[in-house]
Amino acid sequence: MTGMREAFVDTASGLLAGDPRTALVLADISADAFLPAQRRHPERVLNVGIREQLMVGVAGGLALTGMRPIVHSYAPFVIDRAYEQIKLDLGHQDAGAVLVSIGASYDAASAGYTHMSPGDVALLDTLDGWTVHVPGHRDEVAGLLRAAAAGDDRVYIRLSTLENRAAHAPRGLTVVRGGGRALVVAVGPMLDPVLAATAGLDVTVAYTATPRPLDTAALRALAGTDVVLVEPYLAGTSSRLVAEALADRPHRLLALGVGRAELRRYGSPKDHARWHGLDAAGLRASISGWL
Amino acid sequence: MTTTTTGAERLPALLRRLTGDEKHSPSAYSTLDVLWVLYDRVLRVTPATVDAPDRDRFLLSKGHGPAAYYAVLAAKGFVPEAWLDDLAGPDSRLGHHPDRTLVPGVEIGSGSLGHGLGLAVGTALGLRAQGEQARVYVLTGDAELDEGANHEAVAYAGATGLGNLTAVVVDNASATHGWPGGVAARFHGWSSAVVDGRDHDALAAALTGHDGRRPHVVVARVEPKW
Repeated sequence: MTGMREAFVDTASGLLAGDPRTALVLADISADAFLPAQRRHPERVLNVGIREQLMVGVAGGLALTGMRPIVHSYAPFVIDRAYEQIKLDLGHQDAGAVLVSIGASYDAASAGYTHMSPGDVALLDTLDGWTVHVPGHRDEVAGLLRAAAAGDDRVYIRLSTLENRAAHAPRGLTVVRGGGRALVVAVGPMLDPVLAATAGLDVTVAYTATPRPLDTAALRALAGTDVVLVEPYLAGTSSRLVAEALADRPHRLLALGVGRAELRRYGSPKDHARWHGLDAAGLRASISGWL
Repeated sequence: MTTTTTGAERLPALLRRLTGDEKHSPSAYSTLDVLWVLYDRVLRVTPATVDAPDRDRFLLSKGHGPAAYYAVLAAKGFVPEAWLDDLAGPDSRLGHHPDRTLVPGVEIGSGSLGHGLGLAVGTALGLRAQGEQARVYVLTGDAELDEGANHEAVAYAGATGLGNLTAVVVDNASATHGWPGGVAARFHGWSSAVVDGRDHDALAAALTGHDGRRPHVVVARVEPKW
């Protein structure tokens, strides 16, 4: 096992073997990795070719017959491209599915903007009933996927090549380092850069790999008046939820994440993290300046 | 209507109860004969089996102009006839596009064109994976085929030989740029039949004319819309 994607392939293959309700729908991406599972379960591992609208439509149809579809592709193809199918073939049909993406934000930096989807979580925020998991470590993937596959609801699991050094509790909002002056919420792979950026600062750092539904009860309990959000997707995606959670309390919010501007640059994920101010140095400058 | 089956004679009266759909009425009636033949002679589904795993599925992809659909569902007892009197009212379960969560017997909510075929392919795959012998029928229009999503489903079903799927294309020549060479020619890998969409016996034969090894398309030609 070498990363989140491999953890997903292993876990999904196990689910296909263990539960006849499970189906996997692909659009060529990762099809090679699932060839052994496809040989064992040819009627439940369905690669529709490079047809992402059909991929999500098929998932809706499978769910209507009582199956539990897992849908997988690059984030821009499973979310951005198939958005209306997600809205209508799943949501409007009252059908569920587990969408699992790779290529989070700028994971595919060298491939350019066509292969980036910093807005995936924001797009799902326009729809009702989605649970969103953003694991920060490969060891968080299996449990999240198994729990999602056991349900009937709509779940998005956003995998990344960027990881923290250690796994943490992926649900709720968990304090990783206590402090006083502000609450810094790190989502998924943002935890390690946040810990590095806030070393020596008097702040509480809390982690979640489940931004939807955001654990607003814990947020209210942990937050004073100053909150910093650090998300690995579009900056400000969760600002609305923080504002609602603290609506009765004068507060300040700094929302950090991926910028909207299209950089039109290639390079590495590390480069993009730096350009978006999401590396440790950039985060420290933003957070300490704001405090 | 050219039919000898009892029950169809009530459809005009049921349709008259559905008011307020003037914008879509020509297309609504283009589907009436196909829908009647499906529910009267072809589909193995009744009001008592709308949730049975082994029922045949009918998916109305072309969700606009559903008056004929609602009239047939009422005639066959899936919905109370009284529902027809308040089409798209604030408390009505019947809107100008159907919602599967509101109407017994309605398999999908539709309206935005180009979604039914993909859902039908997934339904057919789900039934097959679970060993069900049921068949999936999906109704589209010739103009609806303009939507590219249809062609993803048509190509995949044809290439993989999805034998428990039948598409019905009601062709009233309403596609803006037409389908030179005919609609059926777009369904590679499918068996096909082109029939008079007002001829009930021809429709019934075509709608049961699948070979089980390939998906089947029935092009039901009716009067041009324009």
